[in-house]
Amino acid sequence: MADTGVLETLLQRVEKVDDGVDSLAVATSLGVDHQVIVGAVKSLQALGDVISAELRSSKHWELTEEGTEIAEQGSHESRVFSCIPQEGLAQSELMKLPFGKIGFSKAMSSKWIRVDKAHEGGPRIFRTVESIDDQVREKLLLVQKGHSTQLEEKEKNELKKRKLLSEVTVKSYWITKGNSFSTTITKQETELTPEMIASGNWKEKKFKPYNFEAMGVAPDCGHLHPLMKVRTQFRQIFLEMGFTEMPTNNFIESSFWNFDSLFQPQQHPARDQHDTFFLSDPAHAHEFPQDYLERVKKVHSEGGYGSQGYKYDWKIEEAQKNILRTHTTAVSARMLYKLAQQKFTPVKYFSIDRVFRNETLDATHLAEFHQIEGVVADYGLTLGDLMGVLHQFFTKLGITKLRFKPAYNPYTEPSMEVFSYHEGLKKWVEVGNSGVFRPEMLLPMGLPEDVSVIAWGLSLERPTMIKYGINNIRELVGHKVNLQMVYDSPICRSGPPTQTE
Amino acid sequence: MPTVGVKRDLLFKALGRSYTDEEFDELCFEFGLELDEITSEKEIISREQGDTKASGASDVILYKIDVPANRYDLLCLEGLVRGLQVFKNKCNRYQCDLPVDPMFAALHSPQTEAVRPHAVAAVLRNITFTQERYDSFIELQEKLHQNICRKRSLVAIGTHDLDTISGPFTYTAKRPGDISFKPLNQTKEYTATQLMSLYKTDSHLRHYLHIIEDKPLYPVIYDSNGVVLSMPPIINGDHSKISLKTKNVFIECTATDQTKAKTVLDMMVTMFSEYCAQPFTVEEAEVVYPDGKTCIYPELAYRKEKLSGKFINQKVGINESTEKIAHLLTRMCLLSQATGAGDEIEVEIPPTRSDIIHACDIMEDAAIAYGFNNITRTTPRTYTVANQFPLNKLTELLRQDLAAAGFTEALNFALCSQEDIAEKLGKKISEMRAVHISNPKTAEFQVARTTLLPGLLKTIAANRKMPLPLKLFEISDVVLKDETKDVGARNSRRFCAVYYNKSPGFEVIHGLLDRTMQLLEVKPARGEGYHIQTADDSTFFPGRCADIFVRGKNVGRLGVLHPDVINRFELTMPCSALEMDIEPFL
Repeated sequence: MADTGVLETLLQRVEKVDDGVDSLAVATSLGVDHQVIVGAVKSLQALGDVISAELRSSKHWELTEEGTEIAEQGSHESRVFSCIPQEGLAQSELMKLPFGKIGFSKAMSSKWIRVDKAHEGGPRIFRTVESIDDQVREKLLLVQKGHSTQLEEKEKNELKKRKLLSEVTVKSYWITKGNSFSTTITKQETELTPEMIASGNWKEKKFKPYNFEAMGVAPDCGHLHPLMKVRTQFRQIFLEMGFTEMPTNNFIESSFWNFDSLFQPQQHPARDQHDTFFLSDPAHAHEFPQDYLERVKKVHSEGGYGSQGYKYDWKIEEAQKNILRTHTTAVSARMLYKLAQQKFTPVKYFSIDRVFRNETLDATHLAEFHQIEGVVADYGLTLGDLMGVLHQFFTKLGITKLRFKPAYNPYTEPSMEVFSYHEGLKKWVEVGNSGVFRPEMLLPMGLPEDVSVIAWGLSLERPTMIKYGINNIRELVGHKVNLQMVYDSPICRSGPPTQTE
Repeated sequence: MPTVGVKRDLLFKALGRSYTDEEFDELCFEFGLELDEITSEKEIISREQGDTKASGASDVILYKIDVPANRYDLLCLEGLVRGLQVFKNKCNRYQCDLPVDPMFAALHSPQTEAVRPHAVAAVLRNITFTQERYDSFIELQEKLHQNICRKRSLVAIGTHDLDTISGPFTYTAKRPGDISFKPLNQTKEYTATQLMSLYKTDSHLRHYLHIIEDKPLYPVIYDSNGVVLSMPPIINGDHSKISLKTKNVFIECTATDQTKAKTVLDMMVTMFSEYCAQPFTVEEAEVVYPDGKTCIYPELAYRKEKLSGKFINQKVGINESTEKIAHLLTRMCLLSQATGAGDEIEVEIPPTRSDIIHACDIMEDAAIAYGFNNITRTTPRTYTVANQFPLNKLTELLRQDLAAAGFTEALNFALCSQEDIAEKLGKKISEMRAVHISNPKTAEFQVARTTLLPGLLKTIAANRKMPLPLKLFEISDVVLKDETKDVGARNSRRFCAVYYNKSPGFEVIHGLLDRTMQLLEVKPARGEGYHIQTADDSTFFPGRCADIFVRGKNVGRLGVLHPDVINRFELTMPCSALEMDIEPFL
């Protein structure tokens, strides 16, 4: 803070006038550098609305160093004139003087002097007039006294050309009283203290204003993973829709529950080594519900329940092979089988958990991902019901424009791919898969014939990548995660945009 | 999903009209196809091999169309056109013709039983090939081989110029050294043994060698003069190869799955009998089995199903008349009519539609013909009360409070290398109750994790640029072998946390344990509460490791990591960790 003395003096000056003072004028009258007054203005501004200061800039003419010399000692030509005595001066002598060269030519053009080139002992200079009028000096003196306005522009520009004058811009403040003007200065407090609260003296204190442009201090906290935040949101949506969560905490599954029970034939490409992780230890599952297994075998190899079957040699050895489940539908199959062993009541199930594929990896595909699955089992459900439930589900995600494409899936018939219209891309993009479970899957389980089971699924990673703008899945899932991204990711509310590429 | 490439102009000519790309895309969508890409041969070559190679290639526009995996009848231009035309109310019918010469029979010998027991055959008589038809004919075989034939392992197709060979043919199996013939596009004869090594380096054929490689006898087909037609599923003989000029085609399919062999044969002949002198007519072949039984192929079986209009209406959620439904089905290649008995509809399933195996498949076709997007969307009245899976509910609640305790959630893979869960932690893999994967493509997928700790340490290693301390946690499943389960393994829900800083911060991890126990309402006490007690574990620094006991049961461990472990995970700072089972708290 500037010296309190200057501040108070400045405030007193301001108090005396009605329309304000100019900082430059104050500096001149106080005989201090203008910067001191500028500092005082800034300090007073920081105290709040004590004064108001308006920045003004003005141009004025100032003498250059050379101009100042001339104002004191006269112009070069006048000095040349005055140093020439009556008997003249040798030109060589004159040229030795510091002003000699410029002064000589100017005095010559003003016809104040003459040169006698034929003079013995070399050229000699003589006066031609008795007295001279040094206008340059007089003009400069006018400017120096602050009367530059008395000169014509042309005259000033000529002097500028001779580097005797220069035009400078001066910034100054026009200072007037502020709303809380006072001639005394109070020290500002930085923060409210317990003592101030206790004594109540905060009421008299002035507080230094905060800089609201600066960022706050980042809180020291933990963060939830963005994929898990989106999982929580999907879980919430299912719970809001009355769906019960399935126990999907079994990554290891037998081919029987993962494929055979779903009426997926044993030669199906999905059961290939290239697509599925098989286990070497424990390699095989044991203990299947034996009568159910026989019914599954029969529907595959011979048909039944109104089906032609696949008519191939179904082998228990294939069904026993342990794998990392390729879909959570394996759990849905176990749940529906369990349901069929009781007196049937309608159910709505969901799950969100990991599944595994032995596929080629790229920027959007990993060997494991999270599958979101919804299942409804009830009497007389229709394809229209499936589309209606999907509409409700996706509406909760903020997606309302849906259309359906016929598709093929070994365990659903009809099967439909779900497309939503992407406003940004101006096209329809796939957002999930759905269908009605085949009778060849449901009837061997023992479910009543008039019960339909509708289901749909989508991946958790894709909507999350879109929501958080992540292009490489490895930055999201796995140890190569970008923790800064985890720290910075916002909350996930209803309606993550599930669409796009 | 198989992709079929067809020339656009040819397609439109066959469909009898042209479409804009958008119109055609829309037609595909409604039918359950996907117009995947609009391209040209030139574009494909230029993309795959560079512009220089592409110059001079054809720039005729190609449509790449994705076809559902069960619709083998749509794998070529001919089939696509028929499918789409029918969708637009046109239809045709396939029939069998008796052999011109009953001599064209295939004899089946018992030696094939152990290697490739089934064979079927048929003849396309007086066919006219053009370059496009010929290409499509070859392409369909390839598509069938890749899809329904499961890369020739289930079925292999051989096509021959019948005029170069003479029946009856013999399907047998011989020792590889005893089979010798000039294979397709080769200049000299090879034995089967030589062929197998010749094709080891063939980019196309080497993928099929494994099917018979280790068999003592290889399947082979001879004509009555001892000419080799083919050595399925590897290669045909050069002698009987077909060309643009071929008039009569002998088609044989050998297989390990007879149903699929019949389907494939039906598909080949139904698709290309269109170009025979008598369109859609196929000549039969007789197959004589070792036991003397004979069968006539192709079967070209038309099957009839009866179902009710009510069934379709109820399953789809529409309300259409029986006649309208019959009409919808007819549009999908399923010739149907109301029988007049109530709302009964009789549906005829043609040999091309092997995918129709149940009434629900017919119902789907009715829904497709009706238009999925024309069906009214309804809300089922199913009343249920939602329940959370208790383990997931506990996990969700704990995660929130652990983040509130200042730890950041990580999310790691359930699969990892053996090294991650054993050597790197100073343990032996044989001591882990890990499940092992038999077919991992890389070491990253050798085992399912038995602990969450390696994942968190790898997460730190990948984020060493982040300011210290790093405080991470994960609540997720590990997999352990468990004899009591039907599959011999079970998941175990774990909570793991690590603290990584310039000092080990055991007190921080210990404090997190205290906080976790507080959240789980377990008091610090021996007996009914929780306590920790010195333990020995090669993962941890000696004397800096303790077991966690809850109500007398060991649920996990915490401590300062061993410097060797820190080094093996490419870390440089001290680190303390905690891992425990959360299932006991349910």
